[in-house]
Amino acid sequence: MTMQDMDLLGPFVRLLDDVAVPAAVRALEAGGSIRPIWQAIVDSGYLDALVGEDRGGAGLALGEIAPLVEALGAHALPLPVADTMVARALLAEAGIAAPAGPIVLVSSLAQPVPGALLADHALVDTGMAVVLSPIAALDPQPTGVHGSVSAKLSGVPQGPSLARAAGGLRAVAAVLRAALIAGATARLTEMSAAYANERAQFGKPIGRQQALQQMLAVMAEDMIACRIAAGMGASHGIAVPVHLAASAKITTSIAASRVASSAHAVHGAIGISEEYDLQLLTRRLHEWRLADGSEGYWSGLLGKARLDSAAPTVDWVRAEVFG
Amino acid sequence: MFDTLTLATLPEQDEALRPVVRDLVARHVAALAADRRARSWQGFDAGFSRALGKAGLIGLTLPKAYGGQGRGAFARFVVVEELLGAGAPVAAHWIADRQSAPLILHFGTEAQRQCYIPGICRGELLFCIGMSEPGSGSDLASVRTRAERMEKGWLLNGQKIWTSNAMHSDYMIALVRTSGTTEDRHAGLSQVIVDLKAPGVTVRPIVDLTGDAHFAEVFFDNVALGEDALIGREGEGWKQVGAELAFERSGPERIYSSVVLLDAWVRHLQATGRNDCAPLVGRLTAELATLRAMSIACTARLAAGESPVAEASIVKDRGTGFEQELPVVIGDDLAAHPDEPVSEELYRTLLYVTHVAPSFSLRGGTREILRGIIARGMGLR
Repeated sequence: MTMQDMDLLGPFVRLLDDVAVPAAVRALEAGGSIRPIWQAIVDSGYLDALVGEDRGGAGLALGEIAPLVEALGAHALPLPVADTMVARALLAEAGIAAPAGPIVLVSSLAQPVPGALLADHALVDTGMAVVLSPIAALDPQPTGVHGSVSAKLSGVPQGPSLARAAGGLRAVAAVLRAALIAGATARLTEMSAAYANERAQFGKPIGRQQALQQMLAVMAEDMIACRIAAGMGASHGIAVPVHLAASAKITTSIAASRVASSAHAVHGAIGISEEYDLQLLTRRLHEWRLADGSEGYWSGLLGKARLDSAAPTVDWVRAEVFG
Repeated sequence: MFDTLTLATLPEQDEALRPVVRDLVARHVAALAADRRARSWQGFDAGFSRALGKAGLIGLTLPKAYGGQGRGAFARFVVVEELLGAGAPVAAHWIADRQSAPLILHFGTEAQRQCYIPGICRGELLFCIGMSEPGSGSDLASVRTRAERMEKGWLLNGQKIWTSNAMHSDYMIALVRTSGTTEDRHAGLSQVIVDLKAPGVTVRPIVDLTGDAHFAEVFFDNVALGEDALIGREGEGWKQVGAELAFERSGPERIYSSVVLLDAWVRHLQATGRNDCAPLVGRLTAELATLRAMSIACTARLAAGESPVAEASIVKDRGTGFEQELPVVIGDDLAAHPDEPVSEELYRTLLYVTHVAPSFSLRGGTREILRGIIARGMGLR
């Protein structure tokens, strides 16, 4: 039975519900071993979801696994699982044997890379080639941000080279961040709606206050926008067209700040506390927004392309984003 | 939460409708100035609507047996997108095609379908919707216009207001009270079809802040309605209106109201060769792309036969927010370069959209009402 024949998402979510519980996420953030979680994910077979069937993978398209990436985001898992899925597919395509451990996608060495402290390898876009390097060769340095497993990398990547596609790694990495953001915003919206129905002030649940309802409605709009934008970003496969990546990352990055802010506003002081799970998700949202180009980066790029064309806006969007 | 609203694509056979629409648009619309085209679904051109009807571009969701095209929500999306993207004047047939005909199809009798729908599909029978009253805006359940049961038919008395295109329309489908009082709220409301040429009907246009008169107040003074004026079941008006509003709120018309201005601004930027605002253009382009995908996702729910009330509200609230942001940021960009000439046409378009933009989040349900509907869909209240 191939993976297409199975219910793809259900078993994956159950696996994450099992191993990526908040306590386990906190342990990873505190420097604990990745082994128990990583081994469970390796054993599930999902890491080769994007690898071609002729090379022993499931041969799925990026669009088909976007819901899996969203599930990773909803669990605030800081392990680079989605990065590793894409890296293994690219390596298989290039005929390079993939290493066993986690791999981070690195589109630039200038700024911190999410999950790099937990990775064994990095697939680095140098601008001229894509190089698979042991992470140790890049001297990963913690950022000093509380609870973050991002790392600043430096030096010259050492290892086998892959041909670099026109857009490099940044477009596909941005779409992964978009899908992770979509998953986290969905979880935050659910948590906030549930909390608003539970928490009573002035003699009634705060969710009955129109001011809260209006804010939560906007959260739901952002949540749907993220889901749709990330799905669109993934819809053309692993060789993500740049305009599609831009649209996905702009929409989700703008929403990330807004949703994090609203989720905290609904929860009040408890949401700021370390022991409450909300902060696992909101800290991740900000990290993913900043990774692989924020809304400002992608907006500049998309706007320049748009201004280069004489087509009316709707036609341009249909041709260049929806393709 | 709202799990069914996921990425969907337009079917190939519906995409194929674009060239047909473009051809008509090129002949009727291309010569209009941008500030005329910016009016789009306030723009009234009965001849253009009849030409669309002749080309089979009205009634796309309606069965062939009644003169429709027997296609569906996706086909309508494609045609509407082409029309609004170009700023075509669609007011004449808009309401009848989008709301009145589907309402008559779902809730009307066979005789009512035969009587009204073919003329709507030809672009000849024009409809308006009587919902708001002087004392009933967002609180629609408080309508006071009353249809009294007579021995034969109904006797209509009362007043509607802010009715778009009443002065051009042949018929109004009105939400009225047929029993009880405003205390009974949703119970006792019904929908009736009113011939606007009937004795006792007075239509008075209302001029708006742009100088246009697209809406009107309509008075009913002992208007005699036939037995067959009732649409659907007596007392079910509230439920029927709910289904109707899902059609009104979910289409691409809720994202494209300012797109003629956006295009005019982009052409201005290209002509001046200025690209300091590329990030703004890029962000707006991405927001539009996501909204379009959201609108297609909502259309897929309509195509599946659902009535996506909360989902449609999500698209409309976000869409109108985008439509309203455009004149603000474009105005700022142009005036942030005070020594750069701006064409009169672009300036008029900017100010027209700026002035009319508040209506975007009023018509078809206010922002605050829509967010209440979304909140209820989230399990709040």
